[in-house]
Amino acid sequence: MLGEGILKGLAETAKNFAGSFVSAERLTTVEYPEQRIPTAENARVFPFLIYDGTDWEAGMRCVACQICEKECPPKCIYIEKSKDKKPDFVGKMQIYPAKFDIDVSVCMSCQICVEVCPFEAIKMDTEFELSTTDRFGGLLFDRKHLAKSNEYYHEIHPTEATEVDARLAEEKAKAEAKAKAATQAAAAKAGAPASGPAPGAAAPTAKAAEALPASKPAGGGE
Amino acid sequence: MKTVEEIKAAIETAVPGAQVEIVRNPGPSAQHSLRIGHEFAVQVATFLQDDPELALDFLSNVTGVDWPDKEIAEKVKVTRQVTKTIDGVEQAVEETVEETRKRLEPGCLEVVYHLYSMAKKHGPVVLRMRTANRSDKVNLPSLTRVWRAAEFQEREIFDLYGIVFEGHPDLRRILMWDGFKDHPMRRDYVDPDDYEYEPTAHDEVLAKAHAHQTAAGAVAVPEGGKP
Amino acid sequence: MTSSATDFALSAARQEGWNRPPVIEPDGEGELLELAMGPHHPSTHGVFRMDVALDGERVVRLKPVFGYLHRNHEKIAENTSYLASMPYTDRLDYFCSLTNNWAYALAVEKLVGQAVPERAEYLRVILAELTRIQNHASSIGFLLQEMGASGTPLMYAFREREKILDLFETLTGSRMMCNYMRFGGCRVDASPAWLDATRKVVAGIPEFVDEFERFLRTNEILMARTQGMGILRPELAVNAGVTGPMLRASGVNYDIRKVDHYGIYDRFKFRVPLGDHWDIYDRYMVRMLEMRESIGILEQALKEIPGGPVMDPKAKIRGFRPKPGEAYGRIEAPKGELGFYLISDGSPNPYRYRVRPPSLINLTILEDMCLGHNVADVVLIFGSVDIVLGEVDR
Repeated sequence: MLGEGILKGLAETAKNFAGSFVSAERLTTVEYPEQRIPTAENARVFPFLIYDGTDWEAGMRCVACQICEKECPPKCIYIEKSKDKKPDFVGKMQIYPAKFDIDVSVCMSCQICVEVCPFEAIKMDTEFELSTTDRFGGLLFDRKHLAKSNEYYHEIHPTEATEVDARLAEEKAKAEAKAKAATQAAAAKAGAPASGPAPGAAAPTAKAAEALPASKPAGGGE
Repeated sequence: MKTVEEIKAAIETAVPGAQVEIVRNPGPSAQHSLRIGHEFAVQVATFLQDDPELALDFLSNVTGVDWPDKEIAEKVKVTRQVTKTIDGVEQAVEETVEETRKRLEPGCLEVVYHLYSMAKKHGPVVLRMRTANRSDKVNLPSLTRVWRAAEFQEREIFDLYGIVFEGHPDLRRILMWDGFKDHPMRRDYVDPDDYEYEPTAHDEVLAKAHAHQTAAGAVAVPEGGKP
Repeated sequence: MTSSATDFALSAARQEGWNRPPVIEPDGEGELLELAMGPHHPSTHGVFRMDVALDGERVVRLKPVFGYLHRNHEKIAENTSYLASMPYTDRLDYFCSLTNNWAYALAVEKLVGQAVPERAEYLRVILAELTRIQNHASSIGFLLQEMGASGTPLMYAFREREKILDLFETLTGSRMMCNYMRFGGCRVDASPAWLDATRKVVAGIPEFVDEFERFLRTNEILMARTQGMGILRPELAVNAGVTGPMLRASGVNYDIRKVDHYGIYDRFKFRVPLGDHWDIYDRYMVRMLEMRESIGILEQALKEIPGGPVMDPKAKIRGFRPKPGEAYGRIEAPKGELGFYLISDGSPNPYRYRVRPPSLINLTILEDMCLGHNVADVVLIFGSVDIVLGEVDR
């Protein structure tokens, strides 16, 4: 019969139409923005800078090494180094970015900046409802806008954040152990030709006590 | 499949007078190529397509490459006759001096063809052709009559590099619009800087665009728009 | 079928100009109507224009015009590093970003002689076949959209495609612009949870393909409008450099997965569907059948995927400077043969970076196929070529 194929096709459509009232699988429309699907955990939209603790300026992990600026394909990152230094999470004095601008209208969300950052300082955000009426500058994010806390990172990417925290804690422990071993070796060398073990024993404890408090504020974000 | 040397020998036997030379590929991929001359290019191509052993019936890719003029500085030993006064008497003496000479190695434009065989399922055989220079002698024979696949790709090379393919049925610009001047993929192409005004993070782009905007009497810079 | 194409190519019986489009004389009185179809057109798969000269309803001349989406990807690549070009390759054939990534990674790996760990190869195959399924489903959906089915088959295809895109998002972070392959493996490992989710999705695909086919196979409108239309002879297809499902629908058995043995495709059993009548209906059927073959490959790969690293530990991410040389690497992308030709001069940026776009080259014989047909058929023939403008224009 002519038209049989079309009728068969219509039968499929009717099955889907009737089925959409019964099974959720066939009703695939989500009425955005009243209903929202939760974004996948790995989703990446635009970058943000992480800071540990509560003060975004003091706790910012970025040391302005400019590797992300160099590797960014569309060159949307603009960094200016600071003239002074501040202590980082292991206590070492590092320079920090005086300016860190990302032009979000240029950013391709490729995540290469995250991949190449050696300090776990820049990560991908999942917020995409960023439309603004300010055409010039509304999509140019400066470092204050980009700074978000480690707690926020745990909220949006829990698995990744725990992994990063574990890695940073390991690095910090290694750095502290190295510092303690170095001071002990230096004190032992200084103490041996001098009077005896007593002044040598006093020196490393004083040095170790000096090193530890400096690392506390940066590491308080966990 | 035959090696590059065997293919070269086969071409030279089949098309006498054809200039073929092997260009070694130094990298690990070991895809060596054959540079052929302009005069018998179409005959060489037809032979490669018709030969029952090679049967290269599939032209996969046509690429244009720009090799700009290179300035090479090399040290040369020069022997010259100089008149010198020795013991009060003027004599002609030979003197050898080392000089740095700069010469300009002329560049060229190159076309690279990647050929495969759908019948024998082998490949690639890479052919290259070079123009004489980059300015006026930019003609090359077109291989569209042999492989139709070259039609759009040769048009693209004409558009982006400026190589004129003789014998191409419809040689006009393909990606850029018809009235466009200059050839964008060349190494010495200067892109226009009259961009649409958008503040970016990089000030030199902004400065160039701004120069054009104020010259044309367009919008002023809004405060707070600059990073 | 293969023998006829190659015998013709090798015979001396072919005449001068055999691979040129035939010149059609307009019959009847009156002038030719010159029509510009596009670039703003719902059926041209992007910004694409066809300058068509019509004699009544019949096409006498057809010249494709494109370049509206030309973003000069090749020149950008000359000024950026090898790694930074990877996100740009996503945007070539924006439907199939993972196969674009793989083709580029393959070319660079050939350039430097980089090995890839086994688990990464399996992941690449899994992602490439998922990409192929969603591309073919969308392509058939778009073909039917152009036939006037107003989006219903397209939405069926998209419903399945959404499941696959959700998988991509969970693994790579982005639905379409995945940026996942690296030179020496894949960027990030797939968790067992992801593999289970993939197995669930793949288990549901045969049912979808069955439903899709049942929906369309005996549809009289589809058959009347596509059978016998847009015939492409195999010898002309081979000579015009056509690759992919379009070539196989013209009966030529050439699938780069089987010819080049790239990746680990040798370990999978799959057939290559070929067409008998060389028309639009064959192209539609070849795509349907290829979806089924991809399901087979996926099931096998998901069963056999080993553990291990997904990135060669010796591979460099930053400071990547290949030695001078050149390489041409190609894969069987869903649209055809996607190749990358790279010339390196030892610097961190490529000296010459060329994309061999299957969509552009498949368009070479659009004119030949459309001549003599009606205007309404031009849209269908063009839809059966399955192009993406991001790839045509780069």
